[in-house]
Amino acid sequence: MIEIRDVRKAFGEREVLKGVSGMFETGKTSLIIGTSGSGKTVLMKCMVGLIKPTGGSVIYNHDVDFTLLDEEGRKEIRKQIGMLFQGTALFDSMSVEENILFPLNMFSDMSVKDKLNRVNFCLERVNLKGTNKLHPSELSGGMRKRVGIARAIVLNPKYLFCDEPNSGLDPQTSILIDELIHEITEEYNITTIVNTHDMNSVLGIGDYIIFLHQGLKYWEGNRHEVFASTVKEMNDFIFASRFLKEIKERSSGN
Amino acid sequence: MQQFRQLRPVSKENIPLEQIHTMISFKFFEEFGRYLLLMKKSFVRPEKMSIYRKELLRQMIEIGVGSVGIVIIFSVFLGAVLTVQTAYQFTSPLLSKSIIGSIVTNSTIIEMAPTVTCLILAGKIGSSIASELGTMRISEQIDALEIMGINSAAYLVLPKVIAATIMIPIIIIIGAFLQILSGLVVGHVSNVVTATEFMQGSVQYFIPFTVTFAIIKATTFGFIISSVSAYLGYYTTGGALQVGNSATRAVVASCILILVFDYLLAELLL
Ligand SMILES: Nc1ncnc2c1ncn2[C@@H]1O[C@H](COP(=O)(O)OP(=O)(O)O)[C@@H](O)[C@H]1O
Ligand SMILES: [Mg+2]
Repeated sequence: MIEIRDVRKAFGEREVLKGVSGMFETGKTSLIIGTSGSGKTVLMKCMVGLIKPTGGSVIYNHDVDFTLLDEEGRKEIRKQIGMLFQGTALFDSMSVEENILFPLNMFSDMSVKDKLNRVNFCLERVNLKGTNKLHPSELSGGMRKRVGIARAIVLNPKYLFCDEPNSGLDPQTSILIDELIHEITEEYNITTIVNTHDMNSVLGIGDYIIFLHQGLKYWEGNRHEVFASTVKEMNDFIFASRFLKEIKERSSGN
Repeated sequence: MQQFRQLRPVSKENIPLEQIHTMISFKFFEEFGRYLLLMKKSFVRPEKMSIYRKELLRQMIEIGVGSVGIVIIFSVFLGAVLTVQTAYQFTSPLLSKSIIGSIVTNSTIIEMAPTVTCLILAGKIGSSIASELGTMRISEQIDALEIMGINSAAYLVLPKVIAATIMIPIIIIIGAFLQILSGLVVGHVSNVVTATEFMQGSVQYFIPFTVTFAIIKATTFGFIISSVSAYLGYYTTGGALQVGNSATRAVVASCILILVFDYLLAELLL
């Protein structure tokens, strides 16, 4: 599990995170939600050390403060982290298979055959069997995301970070990706953290949800408690969709 | 005019000249410091030797094979032009024609092959390194490497710098050879100077140290082109437009540094 305490980040004068705390448990899918520009990506990057927070701590597994670690200590934790980037960050110069093999080649001492078996297992897990030799440029958006997930889980990570896994995808593909992440999390008991602004994800997979607004946590809870929120900023966010707004108005009208 | 000056708001353009100078020199030292830090981060013992060896080989092939075509074309034409133009300047019947061979050979080895060819290679290799790393930076591929626990600088920069520092001198030697050969052939065919006279001149005034000097220059320039371009690409921020900017800056910076070091090495070693 991962705990964040009062994480702050300022770029020059501009404070993007103004002290965010939260607790992300093992085997659960935790979501960080909020409008674009609310600081979700910055928070996630602070948690994995791609951005150095200006204050606060990020605690892995009860006792390791990631922000205080040196380069070597970070590397050790990072070997247990898988991350799906918003733009997938697949290596353009490599095929799908080589992309997923890459972490294995770097960090495992398996035989070539075992590595290939592991790659094929992961590809099958994300329903992309047989795409081994394709290059990222030949894949659709949803397929790229799934390759990204396969690459992120190939080393059996303890922690999985997904930055907007379903941005730019159609609603049906989005739901498939969400379910995939949720299943993998439970199946392998991973601490999973997902950035999203998609209400389908919130209601579908949110075991624990943090609502960020202008760099502050305005609300936290789980997917069943979302509609009980009395926080105005949160409600503005949830009911931004015309569809939900209409349902709400109808139900309160009756 | 007086009035106009008073009305002008205080903006960046009104900063006194000395202040601009300090700003520029500060910026230069800041950049140079960051460049050194990147080199320090890159030149470490690789995590997994076999992967780095494979990557080094790939880069050597890419840089070597990728540049050899342009260098062949360039060298053949430069050698030809050099011979014809040198001959044009030496019309006096008192001078032996063999001097043309000597001049072409020496200027090729000392300057044309190492420096001028490297300026061409700065355009080819520098822009390709900077745009590859820049693209990897803005599409978060470098972050992805870091997240995996890989030293991205060592993995991406080191093989490129080593590959370029090894391959560029080799390409330059090929280029120099072709340039002289082309000069000889063109001189003979166009009846400017016979092959025998040309070779006579080449051998008679040949200074062996110039070859060492050329290799030292090519090695230095290879390191400059690859490391400076890698630096500018690695620290790209923004989007596709900035990747283009980084590539342009890589070429310009490499060319200027090549010329500066060309002069410094000449002062130092000749
Ligand atoms: N490297 C940076 N430098 C300056 N400002 C940044 C940087 N990265 C993000 N920001 C700012 O931080 C805010 C939050 O960004 P981000 O976390 O990407 O939002 P989102 O919630 O959409 O992921 C934005 O206003 C953005 O402009
Ligand atoms: Mg984001």
